[in-house]
Amino acid sequence: MIVQKKVNAQRSPWLSVVFFRNLPTYLLLLLTSVMWILPTLALLVSSFRPQDKIANTGWWTFSFSEFTLANYQAVFAANNLGLAFVNSLYLTIPATVLTIAVASLAAYAFSWMRFSGSNLIFTVLVALSIVPIQMSLGPILKLMSALHLTGRFEAVWIFHAGIGLPFAIFLMRNFFSALPKEMFESAYLDGASPLVAFFRLALPTSVPALASLAIFQFMWVWNDLLVALIFLGGTPSVAVLPVAISYLVGQYGDGWQLLTAAAFISMALPLLLFFTMQRYFVQGILAGSVKG
Amino acid sequence: MLEKLVLAFLIPVLIVGGLLFYLYLGEALIARLPRSRQGAIRPWIWLSPALLLLVVIMVWPLLQSFVASFQHVTGDAVTGPFVGIQNYITAFTDPQMLGSMVNNLYWIVFFTGVTVCGGLALAVLVNRVKYGGPVKTILFMPMAISFVATGVIWRFMYAYRPEDAPQIGTLNAVVTGLFHIPPVAWIFQQPGNNLALIVVGVWMFTGFCLVILNAGLRSLPEEVHEAARVDGATEWQVFSRITVPLLAPTISVVATTMVINALKMFDIVYVMTAGNFGTDVIANQIYKQLYSSRDLGMASTLAVILLVVIFPFMVQNVRRFHAQENR
Repeated sequence: MIVQKKVNAQRSPWLSVVFFRNLPTYLLLLLTSVMWILPTLALLVSSFRPQDKIANTGWWTFSFSEFTLANYQAVFAANNLGLAFVNSLYLTIPATVLTIAVASLAAYAFSWMRFSGSNLIFTVLVALSIVPIQMSLGPILKLMSALHLTGRFEAVWIFHAGIGLPFAIFLMRNFFSALPKEMFESAYLDGASPLVAFFRLALPTSVPALASLAIFQFMWVWNDLLVALIFLGGTPSVAVLPVAISYLVGQYGDGWQLLTAAAFISMALPLLLFFTMQRYFVQGILAGSVKG
Repeated sequence: MLEKLVLAFLIPVLIVGGLLFYLYLGEALIARLPRSRQGAIRPWIWLSPALLLLVVIMVWPLLQSFVASFQHVTGDAVTGPFVGIQNYITAFTDPQMLGSMVNNLYWIVFFTGVTVCGGLALAVLVNRVKYGGPVKTILFMPMAISFVATGVIWRFMYAYRPEDAPQIGTLNAVVTGLFHIPPVAWIFQQPGNNLALIVVGVWMFTGFCLVILNAGLRSLPEEVHEAARVDGATEWQVFSRITVPLLAPTISVVATTMVINALKMFDIVYVMTAGNFGTDVIANQIYKQLYSSRDLGMASTLAVILLVVIFPFMVQNVRRFHAQENR
């Protein structure tokens, strides 16, 4: 049977029995793909249409003669989207680096050092990784306002690092533990300190893990609305992209010319990352499976 | 603005530098200790930044929420008088909060059902064709889009115009143009609007299920499937009697993740309807209690209820972890 399949595949595949047997599968996958890409495509097309066209005709009537960048200019000029973009960078990059740096130290201790309580702490960590962040919001909000940290990015970096840690440590530990034991043993025999082993051996060999964690955490923080909304509030000077857009939605309701462009500005960087580093992103998801 | 942009790249350098300094300092201090003690103290130096953050951001608030859930805490107060289980009674009797819990049940059933079953079906189909890669990418792409942008995308899909006006929303164009029935106010009409929101969640998370289930599928031994086919099993029999049982552990991981997502769902509801028109969910209620009503006691109670529901999954998560470790 297997042999027969191969022969079929080598002969003209378009007219083979296999092709016709698989035809429903092809059609179903094609249909699903179209359905999945259609919503985003509709918005992208609309973001390049003039205001009166968006409001009065369907996006499927788009013709290249009406192509315009006016919507993008409008949101950048009038709605501080440029500032929100910079705010998002200012929020996301430090938060991501802080999480990964702290997590890799802890993960290294969990994988290559022996100490009492190691198992217990790690078990708690696994349990914490699915605690809903809503548990932390109330008390931390009070704590931050007592410390006069609300509306400040420091508060959000720390918060994101805290809630991202269980997953990040879990992921990094999985990668570190998979490294060959002999590598570390021979390094220690040669007189290397844990510091040297960490920086010369563990980190360089875990670049894929670091990359996948970085992309994961970056997207998580970049796309987050709830935490930014609660700790930073909506003041334009500190509003990040999701917050700015949710305000646009509230303010303009159906002001599609602004919403479509704003949504794409917020999607640009994550989508770029997604398409260029998809492999690492998938790796991270597969290694972790559960993100809090 | 420029200053912030520079800082966005400078502060990470400072963070890494600070941690390096801390680590070198710690190692230098350890080096002065007798060798026998070094091994016992070193792990704690490497762990303490993480432990400090975890205790402050996760463990302490967890305990704090438990305590506050039995208190009446409003306004700027950090603590208040104990009221016993009053908050819990309110949570389970107030029609609005009860409604949001019922909506979370809808989310659990339909969102989990469709994402997992759809993801599984697609994972099997994608494996059978040569060009599965692009399909996976397209379905997975919504994972990179924020909930807020997704909200905008789908509000546009659901956009509603009166019957005589030209429709600009894709779905209503299909409904009016193809089926010749009046346009539907998808996200405003109860009870269907909850399903309309769940469709958005399905759009976002089916790709996630697909990717994980597909990876699980590829790790299964192909010979078992071939053997069954040689023995004359139909494709459906192979799927239901061999693939699904073998894949059960992965399916359970994915289903668990989706149930937790359904319970925590906030952003989609917040952006699409702000919880109006009977679409409120628990996470959205917590936000409202915290921000609009400024009632920390009530918000904590809802958070504790959420945690209690999630607790069995936590236990299962830990069990699975230990089973994997001991293998």
